[in-house]
Amino acid sequence: MNLLVRGGTVIDETGERRADVAVSSGSIAAVGDSLDAPDGATVLEAGGCLVAPGLVDLHVHLRQPGAEEAETVESGSRAAARGGFTAVVAMPNTDPPVDCAPVAAEILSLAAGALCLVAPAGAITVGRAGERLAPMGELAALGVRLFTDDGAGVQDAGVMRRALEYARGLRARGLGVILAQHCELASLADGGVMHEGGWSSRLGVPGIPAEAEELMVARDLSLTRLTGGAMHFLHLSTQRSVALVAAAKSEGLAVSAEVTPHHLSLTDAELAGFDPNYKVNPPLRGAPDVAALRAACATGVVDAVASDHAPHPPEAKETTLQAAAPGMIGLETALAVALMALGPTDGTADDGAPGRAQSPEVAVAAPALSPREVVGLMSWRAARIAGLSVDQGGDQGGPLVPGAPANLCVFDPTERWVLDPARLSSRSRNTPWAGRTLTGRVRHTVYGGELVVLDGEAQR
Amino acid sequence: MTSGDAPFGAHRHLLSITDLGAVGIAEVMRVTDAFVEVARRPIPKVPALRGRTVVTLFAEESTRTRLSFEAAARRLSADVLSFSMDHSSVKKGESLRDTVETVTAMGVDALVVRHPEAGAPHQVARWVDAAVVNAGDGWHEHPTQALLDCYTIRQALTERSGIEPDAVGIAAFDGLRVAVVGDIRHSRVARSDVLALSALGAEVILVAPGSLLPTSLQGWPLSAVSNDLDAVLGTVDVCYLLRLQLERGAGKFLPSVREYASSYGLTARRAALMPEHALIMHPGPMNRGVEIADEVAHLPRSLVLRQVSNGVAVRMAVLFILLGSATAPSEAEALLDMTAE
Repeated sequence: MNLLVRGGTVIDETGERRADVAVSSGSIAAVGDSLDAPDGATVLEAGGCLVAPGLVDLHVHLRQPGAEEAETVESGSRAAARGGFTAVVAMPNTDPPVDCAPVAAEILSLAAGALCLVAPAGAITVGRAGERLAPMGELAALGVRLFTDDGAGVQDAGVMRRALEYARGLRARGLGVILAQHCELASLADGGVMHEGGWSSRLGVPGIPAEAEELMVARDLSLTRLTGGAMHFLHLSTQRSVALVAAAKSEGLAVSAEVTPHHLSLTDAELAGFDPNYKVNPPLRGAPDVAALRAACATGVVDAVASDHAPHPPEAKETTLQAAAPGMIGLETALAVALMALGPTDGTADDGAPGRAQSPEVAVAAPALSPREVVGLMSWRAARIAGLSVDQGGDQGGPLVPGAPANLCVFDPTERWVLDPARLSSRSRNTPWAGRTLTGRVRHTVYGGELVVLDGEAQR
Repeated sequence: MTSGDAPFGAHRHLLSITDLGAVGIAEVMRVTDAFVEVARRPIPKVPALRGRTVVTLFAEESTRTRLSFEAAARRLSADVLSFSMDHSSVKKGESLRDTVETVTAMGVDALVVRHPEAGAPHQVARWVDAAVVNAGDGWHEHPTQALLDCYTIRQALTERSGIEPDAVGIAAFDGLRVAVVGDIRHSRVARSDVLALSALGAEVILVAPGSLLPTSLQGWPLSAVSNDLDAVLGTVDVCYLLRLQLERGAGKFLPSVREYASSYGLTARRAALMPEHALIMHPGPMNRGVEIADEVAHLPRSLVLRQVSNGVAVRMAVLFILLGSATAPSEAEALLDMTAE
């Protein structure tokens, strides 16, 4: 398939320039002014659009195997493609979990037909039970790079220490594995269902204190120091969590961190109506936390924005707040919400109407990252954490130069659109953005040289 | 009712005291006065809701609250259906939504919902056309309890002063000092009472051991918070004791029930610290000898039984306001004046 992306502005790690991009045989053939279309090329109009390396989502739940009614590798990858992603890291809390080679192999075989690269993550412990180490070496041999018990944190410090030591050994053997933690101390979370604060107290809803996350962040930073290991912190949600990571980075520890679009834009005030679509783990926090996460994206403390796309069937949400499953889908809204939360468009699209794209009390001065910086958090920087970047031998997030793999996300950073859940490609509908106006829309996605999304519509 | 305005504002339901505000609470009290008068008649029943169906849907057993709502609905001549959602039916796999939709498919005008989880009535209200009344949801709210508490306080104060309740209105609450004592953390009664009393102008003081207070009290309309009951009692007008909810695990927040009773129980000695005019209240059922001593529960200043009897009239008022608003105001007035045939 030959393509010509015409009239856009190319943004990548090296900078920003007006240029056309020609694609041929899965690779970028040329980048430059007024390129001629290759033979039989499909021309993609990109006027007013930014042309970026495909986005990389470090954190998605594709629910296969085990909960195919909520999502499959295929439907999730289609949602990803429509969100501008050309690679996703699929969390291992499937049923059965990815704690042995056959399950990883099954997902890899499903991934062969997907609309983006699907990289399965592996569990740190067998059954994600937090007790015995999963066969990380065998999984790494299949290409698994990121290991996590996501959904829960590894509660036992001794087990986590051994996991870090073992993973360090695998790294020394050239297997670029990284451990990733869902930081939440179960004894403090204690059945909580939302952020513990004024809102949970007034609503009479059991709360999860910020300290449930922060104590495990602090513990794992100590264990990273102790073991000389490397650690990625999943979906950080509090002011002090990012402060702890900032201190660890200045100390020189090998750590990285991600935040989600929803933690950058929504607060616990959204729970006032007890709507389970706002129930997520970690919970939506307070406005000072949102402001701190935004600032941490601007200062480089946060390395990536990841969706934590967590599909659930209707019955898992059409119940009480306490009984509902935590999680929200996010692949098809992640770029827009991140651009709005972090970019200079913040506020202009937020008129305080019911369709607003952030909680009212966080309508504070945004750090105003450029779209290129936001895309960096969602593409080349995320790709490096996942071990998928071009400089690590992968094909994701690299500069758009001739010869590079043709993974592209073409988006209009100013287009306003209203999210209609019925039009999503995900099998699930549990989004907090239904009916809200978003700014920034993915126009075309090219994966491995194939046009998988054209004018916002999946091509297969 | 004399006007066609919706007294609950834009709300078709009673989910939280915040749905009402001072104006709505005052309206409920005004309508309650009429129903208290009805209760004194030889046949304490009016045809106001004849032909209407009220369902009590309880996912948590509470004989007192259920009886009170059912008595209220029957005295308004509504048909009453009673549905218990025990945990076995949940285990059979039927979701709350399916249960609610099944019940409302039978033709229901009001659903009175009690549920062990906060916000359950809010979810139910999203799924049905019927009016939903929150009869207690987890630790969140118990709005009709707060309404009957406010009504009972005003009744006691106006009887003492000899002024007609209507003449006083909500001014009776202006500057009234109310101590709410006990397991605030797990108490829906406390949350509704704090909202209602403060909306009416009372000063609310919370008194509890540290572990039975919510971690944050941000946004609570309080005048003070104390851990020392003895220090507070000398200046209160009302001492409202909460039930220690041992069945909800309140015990693990305390070293022992004995230690709680010795520091926070209203004993005869502590009751004597209160000003002579001060009133004593409890939502029931009481743990005698824990939050309230037996002899204190029987003092003339204790309003515990009055709270129960006013509960029926207050719930009549709530059901009448929610369901009667479909009736023309003049017709509603006439229905109220008739006795049931």
